[in-house]
Amino acid sequence: MTLATKHKLKGYFVSFLRTVMLIGICYVIILPLIHRLSTALMPIEDLYDQSVRWIPRSPTLENFRLVWEHMGYVDAFGNSFKLATISSVLQVGACTMVGYGLARFKFPGSKIIFAMAILTLMVPPQLIMVPMYLNFRFFDVFGLLGDKALNLIGTYWPFALMSLTGTGFRNGLYIFIMRQFFRGLPRELEEAAYIDGAGLLTTFFRVMLPGSIPGLVVTFLFSFVWQWNDYLYVTNFMAGKNFLPQALEGAATKVQLAIDEASALASTSGFLDDHFYSLINNAGMILVILPLLLLYVFLQRYFVESIERTGIIG
Amino acid sequence: MAKKKFYLGFRKRQMLGGILFTLPFVIGFVLFFLRPLAQAVQFSFHELVLTSVSYELAPRGWSNYLYAFQVHPEFTRLLTEVLQDLATTTPMIIAFSFFAANIINQDFKGRTLVRVLFFLPVIMGAGVIMKLEMNDYSRIMLQHAQEGARFGGAALRNIFENSSIPEGMMDYVVGAAESLPMVIRSSGVQILIFLAGLQSIPRDVYEAASVEGATAWERFWLITFPMLTPLILTNIIYTIIDSFTVMNNELVLLIRETMLRGAGYGVSMAMAMIYFVAIAIVLAIVFAVLSKRVYYHV
Repeated sequence: MTLATKHKLKGYFVSFLRTVMLIGICYVIILPLIHRLSTALMPIEDLYDQSVRWIPRSPTLENFRLVWEHMGYVDAFGNSFKLATISSVLQVGACTMVGYGLARFKFPGSKIIFAMAILTLMVPPQLIMVPMYLNFRFFDVFGLLGDKALNLIGTYWPFALMSLTGTGFRNGLYIFIMRQFFRGLPRELEEAAYIDGAGLLTTFFRVMLPGSIPGLVVTFLFSFVWQWNDYLYVTNFMAGKNFLPQALEGAATKVQLAIDEASALASTSGFLDDHFYSLINNAGMILVILPLLLLYVFLQRYFVESIERTGIIG
Repeated sequence: MAKKKFYLGFRKRQMLGGILFTLPFVIGFVLFFLRPLAQAVQFSFHELVLTSVSYELAPRGWSNYLYAFQVHPEFTRLLTEVLQDLATTTPMIIAFSFFAANIINQDFKGRTLVRVLFFLPVIMGAGVIMKLEMNDYSRIMLQHAQEGARFGGAALRNIFENSSIPEGMMDYVVGAAESLPMVIRSSGVQILIFLAGLQSIPRDVYEAASVEGATAWERFWLITFPMLTPLILTNIIYTIIDSFTVMNNELVLLIRETMLRGAGYGVSMAMAMIYFVAIAIVLAIVFAVLSKRVYYHV
C-alpha cells in the first residue's frame, strides 16, 4: 500500500466516523422538533388514536389557523419584533464598547468593573425582579425627579435603559464574550492606528469593529433570541400587553373558550383537555420559533464569511 | 478638540479610553443592578406587605434564613441536589461542546445544515416554550416512548459489572451515557462560543506550524487548545448561569412557589440569596483554579 492510498483511506475513515456521529447527534436534537411539527399538524382524533405516532393520518392546518387567530399573531409578532430589535441593537452596541474598554485599557478599577459584569450574570434575575419592578414603577433617578416619579412599566423604556447601559438580560455574558474577542485580536493594528493619529473612537469604529464581526454576530443572535423568548422580564415590565410569550401562554385557553362558546356545550366549558392543549401549544410554539430559525439561517452566512475575514485580519 | 487627542500620552489614553468605554455600564450597574440587589437583600430580612398604595416592610432579622434551612422540608435537599447536578453536568457539557465545535468547524458537505441544527435547542429551550413543554401531554408521551433508551445504561452497567472499575466512576459513566441527550440539547450556546473562537484563530498560525512539520495532533494541542482556553472559562460560567435561568430548575421553581403561595416573599428572597451565595462560591473556586491556566494571545 502506498502512502497516498493509506492517507486516502484514513481520510475516508475519519469522514465516515464524523458522519455517523453527526447523524446521531442531529437525531437527538431534531426529534423533539419533528415531533412538535407532526403533533401540530394532527387533528385531535389522531392524537387519541394509538396507531398514529409520527405521521398524522389526515394532516390539517386547522391548529395553526386557530392559534394564529387567538394569539393575535400579527400584533404580538410586531410587538415582540420591535422589542427584540431595540433591545438587541442597543445591547450589542453597549456590550461591545464595554468589552473593548475592559480588554484594551488598563486603568484603576478595570478589574473591579469586569468583576461587576460577572456579578450581574451570577445573580438569578428572579432575585432582583420585584425591586426592579418597583424601581421602574416609581422611576425617579436617585430622587432627582422628587415626587414626580415616572411610571415606566408598560413602556419600552425599562428595556431600552437596561440595554443601553449593558445591564439587560444576560448582558454580562455579552460583555464577557466581547472582551474575550478583543483580547484575542492582535494589538498591532490598533497601535498603528494610534501612531497614524487616529483617536480612541476612530480606532474603535474603523479598526477594531470590522475585526470583531464574528463576535458581533454571535452577540446579536443571542441577544435577539433571548429577548424574543424572554418570559420573565416581559411579563413583569409589560404585563397585560400582547407579546409572543404571553400570547402563546394564553392561546390554548382562549381557543378552548371560543370552541366551547361556538358549540354551546355548557357542560364541557372550563374542562381542560390535555390532548387539545397539546395540539394548540405545539402549533403556537412553531409559530413563535419560526422567525428565529429564519434569522439564524440568514445570519449563518456571516459565520461562514467571517472565516475568510479572520484570515486577512490575523 | 480632535487634534488634541494626537498628543495623548499612553497613560492618559488608557485612562480616558477605559472611562469612555465603560462608564455607561457603571451607571447602569449602580442604577439597575446594585440598587435592586441591595433592596432584595433588605427584603430578605423583612416581610413584604403589599398595601393598596405601596408596600411596607416588617423586620424579621435572620428568621427568613433560618426558616429556609431548618423549617422548610425541601430547601436544603434541593439546594444540594442542584449543586451536585451542576458539578456533574458542567464538565460533560464543556467537553461535548468543545468536541462538537471542532467537528463542525471542519470542511465537509452539509456543514451549514449541521450548524443550523446544533443551535436549534437554544431557540427551542427558552422561556415560555420550556414552561409549556413541561406540561405538554404529547411530549410526556414521547418521553415514555423513549424510556427504552434507558436500557442502554443498564446494558452498559452489565458489560462492566465484573471489571474492577470503582462503583463511583461507573455511576458517573453510566449517568453520562444516560444524560447525553440532555447534554447535547443544552450545549448549543457553548458550541457557538467555541466555534466563534475557532474562527478567530488566524490561519497563518496553522500554516506556519505545518511548514515546521507539526502533525494535526500537535497542531490541535499546541494551537487550537491553548487559543480556546479563555473560552472554556466563558463556557463554564455560561453553563452555570444557564442552569438557574432554565425553567425546570427545581430550586428556582421552589423559590417562585414560595413567593407566590408559600412562606412569603421574605423567605423566597432569603432562599434566592443562599442560592446566589452558593453559586458565587462555586464560581470563585472555578475562576481561581482556571484563570492561571488560561492562555491569552497578546
